[in-house]
Amino acid sequence: MENAPMIEVDNLTKRYNGRAAVDGLSFEVKRGEVVGFLGPNGAGKSTAMRMLACYLPATSGSARVAGFDIFTQADEVRRRIGYMPENNPLHTDMRVREYLKFRARLKGLSRVESRERVDIVTEQCALKDVQKKIIGHLSKGYRQRVGLADALVHDPELIILDEPTIGLDPHQIRSVRELIKSMAERHTVLISTHILPEVEMTCHRALIIEEGRVLAIDTPENLQRLIGEGGQVIAEIAADREALIECWEHAGEISEYHVDAADGDYFRCSLTPLPGVDLRPIVFDIVKSNDWQMRELSRSRHSLEDIFLHLTRSDREEGEIY
Amino acid sequence: MQAYLTLVRRELGALFVSLTGYAVMAGVLFVMGAGFALLLKDNNDIATSQPVTEQLFGSGLFWLILLVASPFITMRSFALEKHTGTFETLMTAPISDLQVTLAKFTGSLIFFMLIWLPVFSYPYVVSIFSMEPVELAAGPLFATLLGMFLIGCVYMSSGCLASALTNSQVIAALNGFGFGATLFLLSALVRLNIPQDTWQFQALLQVSMLEHLEDFTRGIVDTRHLVFYVSVTTLFLYTTHKIVQARRWK
Repeated sequence: MENAPMIEVDNLTKRYNGRAAVDGLSFEVKRGEVVGFLGPNGAGKSTAMRMLACYLPATSGSARVAGFDIFTQADEVRRRIGYMPENNPLHTDMRVREYLKFRARLKGLSRVESRERVDIVTEQCALKDVQKKIIGHLSKGYRQRVGLADALVHDPELIILDEPTIGLDPHQIRSVRELIKSMAERHTVLISTHILPEVEMTCHRALIIEEGRVLAIDTPENLQRLIGEGGQVIAEIAADREALIECWEHAGEISEYHVDAADGDYFRCSLTPLPGVDLRPIVFDIVKSNDWQMRELSRSRHSLEDIFLHLTRSDREEGEIY
Repeated sequence: MQAYLTLVRRELGALFVSLTGYAVMAGVLFVMGAGFALLLKDNNDIATSQPVTEQLFGSGLFWLILLVASPFITMRSFALEKHTGTFETLMTAPISDLQVTLAKFTGSLIFFMLIWLPVFSYPYVVSIFSMEPVELAAGPLFATLLGMFLIGCVYMSSGCLASALTNSQVIAALNGFGFGATLFLLSALVRLNIPQDTWQFQALLQVSMLEHLEDFTRGIVDTRHLVFYVSVTTLFLYTTHKIVQARRWK
């Protein structure tokens, strides 16, 4: 069991009234990985997570968490999972420490263990100052941390977080992200989001899902490679416009170019290379040989956002017709 | 077992920190206190052969409290958790559906029994102000307590069922009241002018909680009554359990 992958999902499907919310989902997550579940709203992220957390049963297919089947060994699975649902529901009438202790006891920790674990997670989630406060009186950022502390309190092997940073301000988002990163050292983490930079910042691998199906699963870097090597090269050069166009026209490695006027004598050239070519040294040589002045030379990386739009484009365009 | 007890404690705690809990307690104390005062006034200087428990509980006040207070005690049990979403965190903890159902029921039932506690000070109050020595027969007292407990079981389980059916506490309370009132009116049917020798009358007599309570307050513990209450409670809890499970069928 120790060597089994943390999550094995095989053809998992969930239908509501004939409509598939999750459609033949298959993937694997190794121990110690942080995997981002990425998709637009309604793509089936929450449904998939709820099934993994043994809240909803699947219509068909199977899944194993830490080697235990989520249907037949749900109790074992639940013991190993720390799950924070979307919108982070909490008992707002309880005090922070009281709530965490209640949750710890509910998850089967002994009185002594629960006291120790609650001490650890309040420290880890920086809740020491508010542990005697009523949850209903806390700010959203603190509540989110209470939810995370709850997910961590029984020291689970796998942590499943459904949109953990939704509705937080930038400072709170940053602190929650730091917390998730710190979890990654000890736990396997599955986190869902529709905020793309979050995945780039926190996850080892991203799983892009749309309409209940997996579109891609890979590291953020590999996903970038997926839609074309290297991006456009941007160069801002002070030179004669005609001379520039002349130059790009005759350089064999450039498949496409745009020259736009920037401020002063500068022109902003956007150059698209032929596949597999790094244009930057070539551009530099051209500028040097013509004795022009250059103030910027950069290559634009494809962000996960581009990849995401690229992968889901066909659906987007259909959507716009309506 | 630990999860069950933890949850029972949480249910009780929730009732004791909420305003509803105290409003219910205050209401019950007021109504019972008023009933007690009237009882004292009526019985002053008069000898009666009726047990005082029968007089106090036969006055209809008990039913008023039962019908009105029970839905307020049970309405939050499932409905609030479903409304706020904490039901999801609850059901993803290593705890079974049955444990959840039983814990919610037990918590409500304990609270229901606790609100009657002050009634036990009444004999003491009488002993302070009475010229005569006060002696209360233990039989009717404990039988009454048992009767209240059993009727409480039925009403708490039907209230839990009403709460499990919806996400809204208001609807849960109204449905709970509906269930309770239906049971009560069914009991009252026997007091209509039905000839006593028909089978209809006999059947109604067996399900009439009014008649049952009368027996209990007189100190009679009839096993038929026990069977009736235990089976009705089991039926309600079983249905509640199935509804909690029902999310798995969708």
